[in-house]
Amino acid sequence: MGTVAQTFGRIAGFAAVATLAIGIEAAAAREKITVYTAVEPEELTGFAEAFEADNPDYEIQWVRDSTGVITAKLLAEGENSPADIVWGLAATSLLMMADRGLLEGYAPAGVDKLSPALMDKQSPPRWVGQRAWVASLCVNTYEAEAKGLPMPTSWQDLLKPVYKGHIVMPNPASSGTGFLDVSSWMQIWGEDMAWSYMDGLHENIGIYTHSGSAPCKMAGRGEYPIGVSFAYKGAQLKSDGAPVAVIAPSEGLGWDLESFGIMKTAKNKAGAKAFADWSVTEKANRMYNEAYAVVAMPGIAKPVDNFPENIQDKMIDNDFGWAAENRKRILEEWEKRYGSKSAPK
Amino acid sequence: MSAADSTAFAGRAPIDGGRLVSTLGLLAGVGLLIVFVAAPLATIFIKSLQDDFGAYVGLANFAKYFSSAGLIQSIFNSVEIALVVTVLACLLAFGYAYALTRTCMPGRGLFRAIAMIPILAPSLLSAIALIYLFGNQGMIKGLLFGNSIYGPIGIVLGITFYVFPHVLMIMVTALSTADARLYEAAEAMGTSRWRAFWTITIPGARYGLISAGFVVFTLTITDFGVPKVIGGNFNVLATDIYKQVVGQQSFSMGAVVGLILLFPAIISFSVDRIVRRKQVAQLSARAVPYVPVPNKTRDRAFLAFCSLVAVFLIGIIGTAVFASLVTYWPYNLTLSLVHYDFNAIDPNGWASFTNSLEMAAWTAVIGTSVIFLGAYFVEKSDGLPFARGLLHMLAMIPMAVPGLVLGLAYVFFFSNPLNPLSGFYGTMAILVLSTVVHFYTVSHLSFVTALKQVDREFEAVSASLKVPAYKTMWRVHVPICLPLIIDVAIYLFLNAMTTVSAAVFLYAPDTKLASIAVLNMDDVGDQAPAAAMAIMIVLTSVCVKLVQVVATGSLLRRTSVWRRRDGH
Repeated sequence: MGTVAQTFGRIAGFAAVATLAIGIEAAAAREKITVYTAVEPEELTGFAEAFEADNPDYEIQWVRDSTGVITAKLLAEGENSPADIVWGLAATSLLMMADRGLLEGYAPAGVDKLSPALMDKQSPPRWVGQRAWVASLCVNTYEAEAKGLPMPTSWQDLLKPVYKGHIVMPNPASSGTGFLDVSSWMQIWGEDMAWSYMDGLHENIGIYTHSGSAPCKMAGRGEYPIGVSFAYKGAQLKSDGAPVAVIAPSEGLGWDLESFGIMKTAKNKAGAKAFADWSVTEKANRMYNEAYAVVAMPGIAKPVDNFPENIQDKMIDNDFGWAAENRKRILEEWEKRYGSKSAPK
Repeated sequence: MSAADSTAFAGRAPIDGGRLVSTLGLLAGVGLLIVFVAAPLATIFIKSLQDDFGAYVGLANFAKYFSSAGLIQSIFNSVEIALVVTVLACLLAFGYAYALTRTCMPGRGLFRAIAMIPILAPSLLSAIALIYLFGNQGMIKGLLFGNSIYGPIGIVLGITFYVFPHVLMIMVTALSTADARLYEAAEAMGTSRWRAFWTITIPGARYGLISAGFVVFTLTITDFGVPKVIGGNFNVLATDIYKQVVGQQSFSMGAVVGLILLFPAIISFSVDRIVRRKQVAQLSARAVPYVPVPNKTRDRAFLAFCSLVAVFLIGIIGTAVFASLVTYWPYNLTLSLVHYDFNAIDPNGWASFTNSLEMAAWTAVIGTSVIFLGAYFVEKSDGLPFARGLLHMLAMIPMAVPGLVLGLAYVFFFSNPLNPLSGFYGTMAILVLSTVVHFYTVSHLSFVTALKQVDREFEAVSASLKVPAYKTMWRVHVPICLPLIIDVAIYLFLNAMTTVSAAVFLYAPDTKLASIAVLNMDDVGDQAPAAAMAIMIVLTSVCVKLVQVVATGSLLRRTSVWRRRDGH
């Protein structure tokens, strides 16, 4: 019997030591900044390390999900949100938050060096753009050839019956990339035509994915040869050796701005401001450029490998205000039309 | 020894500390379960009658739900899937269980072990593996004859894998309790084997079959991992609740779907309870255990059948291992460990895995102690019959509550700033608590059953010797139940490692779990790393199982000397 008691005693002792250790660790920790973001997960560690190297008193705690999820979460949490700063989220979403009075105006040190067109018009700005992500098609060249699929060059091409079941697209309700596609089609063609376009496209879609990068990754593996996604993901996969072509459809490309804004209710406002200040520096902008071709600081951006040429020229004249105002209505209609397909094609 | 006698013994003790302890313990147990089971669940009902801002809206949410064609479609989809899986899994498991209990098929021990494999993995794993096998680039997609794995077929196959061991265990139990005399009589009367099967075997196992059917139905309709990964655009209730809550942050609608999900679970739970009670009374004291005799044709046929099932089970795990090691499927098949470099793929990286270990360890330690004490007070305390009954009843509730619903209930209950316990929200503690509660019932029932077998005379004797009850518990009940205590701890640990459903609503950025990381990585299309993380969970589970085997062996040798005298 003694041995049993001893065993339990040891377990209890271990538990006590473990609790103590956790307590000590917490006490020694740096001050945390809670950051809500929709930036691709593999990029986040690099950004956190770079910021923390310059600001050793702070530690970034990411809350990461796709744009739609993070937006819904912020809007639902409102003033009770644990977020200190929203960072790398679509400007469309930040506009909605600014409208609800959730964001605090703050001019980061050095914000005057950025393109004024890419931030809130109010002074001090409630949100500041960081870099633009741009819609593109990822096409698996190997599978396209094997299946005899011609290379699409426009959005309209995707309606061709030959692509039936070969296209995958992000669900605009969860994915910012999905939403910017839908909103750009509406801005290019008008709403009615855009809906009839999507009715046709729906017939060719294999599945709708949760995130905007998933279609490109699926195209990379050839699971579905054509992915409606964004340029960075395609370029990155191509650089990694995947048989992917990144195509910018001719009618024009939807895009949105990854932007940041400080929460009015931030518990660590000093930390949020420090991160905002860092995010407008040249160093940060150079990091943005590693993946994205269009960044907020003019004159910095170098061409990104494997990006479609002249991608800037094809970016539509995006009306963020319109997109933010109509987002909820568009998504409800989208869900009604395409949200529940009884079986995949 | 009757209760009256033991009360008389206890009455002689001048200061009855033991009785005080057990009364307090009983009340504490009732209090804990009310706070952590009953109260959170009540908030689901309340929330379903409110809008997202907390205003009372009557049945407006339900009206909205039932006016959406898409959401109603999900009910039909869920039921359809659940029915198909129920039939498929029950047939497979019945054949497999029959082979294990009623034939002389070689390698029965091995087959039994193989059948338990799915328990070691999160349900998401089977879905990911199925995509590698039957997806558009799948290794053996030809077997689907052009059908897509994304949708009902994938969900059915994935869930069948996941529920198989659960059904099998029930079937094995049902088929183990056979009375050989019935078969002897049948043979003596010249009854054909086929007829004996339908008139003796099936009726004898009928309660097990019914119970198994309902268990699969519930598990299927409430599982969220498989349809999330492989469902494509085929919506089911479990993914709807996730979409409403996580995707649209509409907690009221989430509550409505949660209540709908609760409905089949409660029905099947009730049927299961009734049926199990009947099963107990089946074997008379004079029954002679059935011992199968060799029969070459039959044994070979079952060997072939079980091998097929085993190949499927091992194939799924093997595919997941392979998926996690291939550098770039399907174009670069060199093996590497790049997908295990979680720190480069996900901001939480390996921390999700260590979080899971920590969460599972706490769940095992705290869960086992609390549940054991609860069962002890239910079974062994004198007096307060009402409190004992209440505690037992509360302990039964978690089994009828799907994990997603429990998680949502915890969000409502603990995120409310008016709740003095709201400090738990967003911590490791709430993950541990929700997991303990989620798996409470099975553990509780096991302990109650074991404690029933310990003669009440122990308490009476120790009371007369003025030994406090807690000392008797520590020196008698704990050692007697030790093998079961280890079993329960392992059961809790494994489930804590693999569970997704409740935790998906409850994790915070610094308490993200490995199973959630699998889900997140799959969401952004990183399937290989998702498979890798799932394999880490499997490896951990395997190690824990091995430790259990060794530990149980050595502990039993040291603490069970008393068993040897028994009956020999």
